Amino acid sequence: MAAGTETLKRTPLHDRHVAAGAKLVPFAGWEMPVQYTGIREEHMAVRQGVGIFDVSHMGEIETSGQGAEALLQRLLSNDVSRIAGRGAQYSVLCNERGGVLDDLFTYRLRADRFLTVTNASNHERDRAWFERHTGDHDVTVRDRIADYAMLAVQGPQARALVAGLADGELPKRFTTKELTVAGVPEVLVCGTGYTGEDGVELLVAPDAAATVWDAVAAGGATPVGLGARDTLRIEACFHLYGNDLTEDRNPIEAGLGWCCKEHTGFVGSDAVRRAREEGTAEKLVPFAITGPGIARQGNPVIGGGVVTSGTLSPVLGYGIGLAYLPVERTEPGTAFEIDVRGKTRRAEVRTKPLIPEER
Amino acid sequence: MAEASYPSELKYHEEHDWARVDGDIATFGITWYAQDQLGEVVFFDPPEVGKTVRKGDPYAEVESVKAVSDVIAPLSGEIVEVNEALTSGPEAINDDPYDGGWMVRVRLSDPSEVDSLMDADAYRESLT
Repeated sequence: MAAGTETLKRTPLHDRHVAAGAKLVPFAGWEMPVQYTGIREEHMAVRQGVGIFDVSHMGEIETSGQGAEALLQRLLSNDVSRIAGRGAQYSVLCNERGGVLDDLFTYRLRADRFLTVTNASNHERDRAWFERHTGDHDVTVRDRIADYAMLAVQGPQARALVAGLADGELPKRFTTKELTVAGVPEVLVCGTGYTGEDGVELLVAPDAAATVWDAVAAGGATPVGLGARDTLRIEACFHLYGNDLTEDRNPIEAGLGWCCKEHTGFVGSDAVRRAREEGTAEKLVPFAITGPGIARQGNPVIGGGVVTSGTLSPVLGYGIGLAYLPVERTEPGTAFEIDVRGKTRRAEVRTKPLIPEER
Repeated sequence: MAEASYPSELKYHEEHDWARVDGDIATFGITWYAQDQLGEVVFFDPPEVGKTVRKGDPYAEVESVKAVSDVIAPLSGEIVEVNEALTSGPEAINDDPYDGGWMVRVRLSDPSEVDSLMDADAYRESLT
C-alpha cells in the first residue's frame, strides 16, 4: 500500500502525543509516536528514572473455556500448564515447519481464561491461527484488541510511581493483578516489559487510558516513543518480530530454545526438536561494533550471516545489534566484519544483555 | 537550534542542503529542516579531501540513532576541506547546522550551477 493512502488507526492517546510534540509515524497500520524530545533523552529516562510508552497497537487474544489450556498448549511453544494462577509466560507461535509466526506473552487470568498479547503486525494472522486450531477443544477465542489500550511504565522508578497510584500492592515480576490505578478500576497490571528495566505494563479500557497516562506522566514519567523502545530492547537483547524473528527462522537458531518445550507437542515441535538435536547452520548473537560506524538491519556479515537489528547504544555510545552468524563464529569475543553500505565495519560477538546489568 | 531558520545569505538545494558560496569556493551543510527530520545525529562519516562531488549526488552519510541518510551535494567540485570536528562531535549538525555543523568545503567546477539553487525564501516556500 502506498504511503498516505491507507487509513491509520489511532490509539486513545493520540491527542496526548500531539500535545507532547511527538513525531508520529505509520507503524503496522497505526499512527504511533516514534519520539517526543529525542531518542537518546527518552532512552536514558527509562534507564535512569521512569518512562511511559503507549503500546496500544499491541493486540490481545482471549482464550477461555475448559479446553483453553489444551488449545494454548497445542499452539504455544512453552509449557502453558506451568503458568501459575495470575502468572505470565513468554513463548513463540510456530508453523508446522518450526518457523516463528510470532512471539507472545500469555497471562493466566483465571484457571480457564488466558490473555495473549500479540505483535501489531501479526495480530490478525495470530487470531486466524488460533481460530483454525480450535477443533474439538471446548474453547472460545475472542479478539480483545478493541477492549484494551496498553501502557508500559518502565525504569528503576516505575514501580514506585505506579504503586503510588494503585489501591494495592503491585504484582511481582511475571505475574498480573487487577488493581484500581489513578481511580480507574480493573486495570490489568502486569509485571512485564520490553526494556530490560523493572516496571509494569497496564492493560486498561480505551476510554480510561488518558486518565492513567496523565496520572503517570504527572508523577514524573517521561513519554517515550517507539524509537527508544527499539534501542532499549536491543541493548537488552530482546527479539523484535520482523527483524530477528521471521517465518524463515526457527526458535532454536533465534536463541529461544529456552521457551520451547517440545514434550508438550505444540505445532512445529517436531521441527524444533530436530533443530535442537541436529543444530542449526546459523545462530542469533548480540554484537558490538569495535570501531566507527553503526550497522543496520539487512547489512550482510562478510563470510556469511546478516544483521537483523542494529543501532547506536545510547548507554554505551557505540554501535550494537543482533546478527545471525554461522554457528562456528558465535563464541563471545569472536571478531567479524559487517558490510555497512559498502564500508567494512569491525564487530565482535558479545553476551547478553549488551549493557551491564549493574550500572 | 530549536527554532527553524534559513539564513538569507545561503543557497539551498531541494534535498535540504545549503551552500555558502565565496567565489569559486563553497561550504556545504544540511538545513535546519533536514536535521530536524533526522533527529539527533550520532555519526558523521566524512568524505576524503580531494574527492570529486557532483551536484545531486551523495557525498557523505549522517546517522541518527534510528536511521542513516545520504548527504547530497548542492553543487559540483572537488573537496578541499572536511569538518573533522564532526567526527567526534556530530551533534553540532543539530545544534548549529549553518556554522559549526558545516561539512565540507568544495572548489567549484562550475560556479554557474549556483544560479539553479533556491534562495532562502524559495526554499522555505518549498517546505510548506
